[in-house]
Amino acid sequence: MSLVNIASLPLMRRSFDWKPLWNGLFGTRLNTALTVLTLAFLAWLLPPLAHWLVLDATWTGTAQDCAAASGACWAFVTAKLRFILFAFYPQDLQWRPTAALLLLLGLLGVTALPRFWRRELLIAWLLVVGLCWVLLTGTLTGSPVPSNQWGGLPVTLLVWSVCFGLSVPLAVLLALARRSKMGGLRTLAVLFIELMRGTPMVAILYVAMLILPMAIPGGQFVDKTVRAIIMITLFWSAYVAEVVRGGLQTIPHGQEEAAKALGFGYWRTMQLIVLPQALRQVIPGMVNLAIGFLLATSLLAVIGIFDLLNAARASTTDPKWLGFYDEAYLVAGVIYFLFCFGGSRYSRWLEARLRAGQRS
Amino acid sequence: MATTEIVLGRDRPGLLSRLAGWWGPRPFIQLAVFVAVVALFWLLGANVADTMRRIGVTPGFGFLERSANFEIGESVIAFKAGDLYVWAILAGLINTVKVAVFGCVLATILGVALGVAGLSGNLLLATLVRWYVELIRNTPLLLQLFFWIALAKSFPPPRQALSAFDALFLSNRGVFVPGIIVDGFSSRTVLLLVAIALSYGLYLYTAYRRRRLRSGNGLAATFVLLAAAGAAFPATGATLSLDMPVLGGFNIRGGYSLTPEFAALLAGLTVKFSAAIAEIVRAGIQSVSRGQWEAARALGLHPGQIMRLVVLPQALRVITPLITSSYLDLTKDSSLAVAIGYPDLVSIINTTANTTGQSFEALAILIGIYLVLNLSVSALMNVYNRRVALRGDVSR
Repeated sequence: MSLVNIASLPLMRRSFDWKPLWNGLFGTRLNTALTVLTLAFLAWLLPPLAHWLVLDATWTGTAQDCAAASGACWAFVTAKLRFILFAFYPQDLQWRPTAALLLLLGLLGVTALPRFWRRELLIAWLLVVGLCWVLLTGTLTGSPVPSNQWGGLPVTLLVWSVCFGLSVPLAVLLALARRSKMGGLRTLAVLFIELMRGTPMVAILYVAMLILPMAIPGGQFVDKTVRAIIMITLFWSAYVAEVVRGGLQTIPHGQEEAAKALGFGYWRTMQLIVLPQALRQVIPGMVNLAIGFLLATSLLAVIGIFDLLNAARASTTDPKWLGFYDEAYLVAGVIYFLFCFGGSRYSRWLEARLRAGQRS
Repeated sequence: MATTEIVLGRDRPGLLSRLAGWWGPRPFIQLAVFVAVVALFWLLGANVADTMRRIGVTPGFGFLERSANFEIGESVIAFKAGDLYVWAILAGLINTVKVAVFGCVLATILGVALGVAGLSGNLLLATLVRWYVELIRNTPLLLQLFFWIALAKSFPPPRQALSAFDALFLSNRGVFVPGIIVDGFSSRTVLLLVAIALSYGLYLYTAYRRRRLRSGNGLAATFVLLAAAGAAFPATGATLSLDMPVLGGFNIRGGYSLTPEFAALLAGLTVKFSAAIAEIVRAGIQSVSRGQWEAARALGLHPGQIMRLVVLPQALRVITPLITSSYLDLTKDSSLAVAIGYPDLVSIINTTANTTGQSFEALAILIGIYLVLNLSVSALMNVYNRRVALRGDVSR
């Protein structure tokens, strides 16, 4: 065995390779022209943006100070950030949505790590979601807060996680029914899935607002947020079902036949053999779907629920800080972007990791 | 070793056994589920009807023939308060189709341009496109629409309108673009145009059937079409002229004006879906393996030919179904118009439901229209996919 002086390896000594970068920018005549054009575009775009964002911006002060300056009004953001995050939740009880938000974020972080994927995590989600609900309603601590005063990021995250969590088991059943040999169930599943996928989410939310109160006995007493959650869950389950079906299709038929030969019944075959493999296949797809769903929760604004986006919009109607749309939407946009961009990066990492796990 | 023969299919001929075979195992449990679902919907429906009767509304579609007492901000067909509800809903549907069609066209143009720019091999441009796509993809469409409508409303009044090349004016009363005016339009012009279009279609179809359709003769035929159509106007006494918007007095006259709501919705949908289409184009072109490029280059094809003859036909197999589902998503997402005040189908349906109390019927119409739209496009798509799919593809 020969010892290798690591420092002497050519790889380690070589300085940064400029060649690909140079070729990528000025390699051909076309590339040079494109680079120059792009630089011209950036030179046109960036200075006004920098002026607005930083140089001419107002960092502290009142709306009058902001109106005097030509840049962004970050003083508005410091003044209204609480409102954008928690909307009309009573200010003296603000610890409740804060705690709910932290709980949800913490659990989301834990869930992202595959090493915690076990049964206890499901129980933790049930507990945390229940706890968040209790925290926001405040039934245990006295001074209850009705759900029309809830708002902001906790509501966005709560509705998103509850709807997605509930839609997954429903979707698994739908996907199994759609691939079943039983024609009647198959037809029902296809009808449901195509109905939901062919309808815009706004229409589904209107059903939650207008039809559900009439259709369920005593429905007009059911909370608006709960009604929205019911319909969104049904709506999303159709999309999740199609992804799960994609996973089921990747499992070779021989697996099912082998299980049958071993004397397994349908449910045991599915539960122990097919679904664990199929669901593992679709985890990255599910993460992508979940990102799309988080963006879709912004539609709650249409039916007047104060989710993050609607709270940002409402913050611009404060008479003291009237009309700072750009700043409010920028803050909400940054929050959405952080979640979704982070999520898509995570999905890519997860896909690579799962593939590596499969190979070994 | 004896082999057992597996018999696939029905044991007895006849319609009934075919039905039984389709219905599959556990027939009675399935029947019970079916009955339960029907009963559930019947129960919910009965509740809805009860509630409607209690609040004094007769269930049914009779309200369509009553007059609607609201105005519609903008409409292609003439509509005024007092016209029938059915015309209001039709006006909404036309508005939805209008924004969806323009949105699809513009999003495709922008998306393909961005997708190609991302693959141009220029690092700076590709990075810029990458960030554009990430930024647009990871923020909600509704937020972008709120931004666009705030922007459209914050433009200066017409007198100080921002203008580009004296052709495009941006003002808080709307966006003004050049329009085309046709004068002296007669039935002869229409007939001639239809005849030209028909012969163009016939030529393309026969060439396609005889497998002689190449991009060369297709392009030539298109030029002939355009030239013939251009000549058809003066030949029949019609004149075409460009109508430029001009600033005059307190307003902008001439041209074609887009309301701020329409402009904002169109901009939002175009930008949002251009990012999706750019990604689809990129994925489609990258799905063609490098070996194909290298083989084509070895055969002496130049880059344009490689793209047109080798890469695009294969990439389109990946691109077309994805882009179609993008178009469907765009049409469905145009329903967010209701949040920024553009009178699309959803917005009119919402007003109808609120003014008549017949929310059930109104939403049934809404969902029915979207379903028909979606399912017909999906059906067309399946036909197309069957045509372009690889022959003898193992996956089918």
